[in-house]
Amino acid sequence: MTLFTRRTALIAGAAGSGLALSGCSKILFGDKLTASSDFQHVLAHAESWTLASQRFLLSGGALAREYRPADISPRFKPNGTLYPTGEDYEDAVNEDFVTWRLLVDGMVNRPLSLSIAQIRALPSRTQITRHDCVEGWSAIGQWTGVPVGLLLKAAGVLPQAKYAIFHCADNLEGEPAKGGEQAPGQYYESLDLVDANHPQTIIAHSMNGRPLDVSHGAPLRLRVERQLGYKHAKYVQRIQLTDRLSGLYGGKGGYWEDRGYEWYAGI
Amino acid sequence: MSTAIETAPDLVRDVPRRRREVIYRHTFLVRLTHWLNALAIFVMIGSGLNIFNAHPHLYWGQKGSELDRPFLSIVAVDGAKGPRGITVVGPPKLDTTGLLGVSTDRGQVLQKAWPSWLTIPSNQDLADARHWHFFFAWILVANGLVYLLWSLLSRHLRRDLWPTLGDLKSIPRSVLDHVRLKHPTGEAAKRYNVLQRLAYLGLITLVILMVLTGLTMSPGFDAFAPWLLDLFGGRQSARSIHFLCASGIVAFIVVHLVEVVLAGPINEVKSMITGRYAVPPEHD
Repeated sequence: MTLFTRRTALIAGAAGSGLALSGCSKILFGDKLTASSDFQHVLAHAESWTLASQRFLLSGGALAREYRPADISPRFKPNGTLYPTGEDYEDAVNEDFVTWRLLVDGMVNRPLSLSIAQIRALPSRTQITRHDCVEGWSAIGQWTGVPVGLLLKAAGVLPQAKYAIFHCADNLEGEPAKGGEQAPGQYYESLDLVDANHPQTIIAHSMNGRPLDVSHGAPLRLRVERQLGYKHAKYVQRIQLTDRLSGLYGGKGGYWEDRGYEWYAGI
Repeated sequence: MSTAIETAPDLVRDVPRRRREVIYRHTFLVRLTHWLNALAIFVMIGSGLNIFNAHPHLYWGQKGSELDRPFLSIVAVDGAKGPRGITVVGPPKLDTTGLLGVSTDRGQVLQKAWPSWLTIPSNQDLADARHWHFFFAWILVANGLVYLLWSLLSRHLRRDLWPTLGDLKSIPRSVLDHVRLKHPTGEAAKRYNVLQRLAYLGLITLVILMVLTGLTMSPGFDAFAPWLLDLFGGRQSARSIHFLCASGIVAFIVVHLVEVVLAGPINEVKSMITGRYAVPPEHD
């Protein structure tokens, strides 16, 4: 009996100190390491390993799964900016985006300036796909739009161009779920030319058979189905071809990238 | 892996009564992969809970957001005396204030699913938690592949972990022994007992499921292996299974640590560092 009690105390002690130790070490070591830029540099290797391995596995250009109409989310959660601030956007909404232009410029032979009507007249692709937010939730929607690859071909991308940057009309103040306070900033995103030319990468003008509503990025949003939600820029105004990401905003190639998230969001 | 002592019975007789027989129990590869695995799993549980906090709901199926029906939610709601942490599992709602939903960190009341002391980093930061999680995921996978390949080729899996028919027949007795906190001694202590074998095989299965469900959550990997979505019943199901398997791994760790303490913590930990294990004598 005494042996049993002693053992029970021993177990409780071990379990308790184990838990306490894990708590302390996380606060002491985990947080110190997280704050160290050298350590962050080490952790950042994982992104290049993921990018390299997924590029290898997806070298055949595999498509993201497409779902049946019955799978569409009855209510698709809007996220990020729900209504861009500013008079310009308000005016654009009021006049049904008739003066909205999508520019394709930068390192191209023939810069383009397209109206929504012109974009709707271009060959389009319709896909029912799953939208995966970095936070963990998913929603399924049907998207119709013009493949980005088609626009790039029409504009004639110069050989030195490496990235397509998507400039947006919204200023986002961050989201608590993504951790802490975030400084407001102009939303933008970027893809390299492999993902930009993927057949499912489209500039969508319609969702579930209707023109995009404001909370989902009216009048145009990017869909890049093999990556997480924050890559799917809304309120797109301009696609700029460039050879580098540095020098633009935070220099990491996107609003959330500038706030610590991975540029390659395939995982 | 036999030792001189094992193969020379004369020597054993010459060993003074008090001295325990020492065998070489864990090879270098088992010891190395054990500690790397322990480190990776420790970091991945902590960072995984931080990631969970970004969306503290679980669903079944392909899709799921707050606008759908979660089967598990850990949320904060306003109470008469400040926020209360509520854990909703199906219909039942449990008040988990202090631990889940609402907890304190250095005097501050925080509204988040898992408390700061359990997460890596301790503050809510999805970006940093993901960096930790994916870096150590690569370590876990590389380390796991080395271990599995070696275990198959060296027959470690077949010889030391796979239960024999005799093992399976001894399950009831082994359960009774474990409940009575009676540990094998002498010859019987030189091999893993049946519950140990099943527990280690269970852990290997859980880690494989963790990796596969983790990959199912990757939109890029899904395009390469869409069959994973069918295997687990959708991305949100995979996310829920990921969480449940992690809970299973936590249960394993608790039992594992308790057993190490009961079986003699110094000898057990020493054997996983040096490889050498002092066999508990038959009678004492």
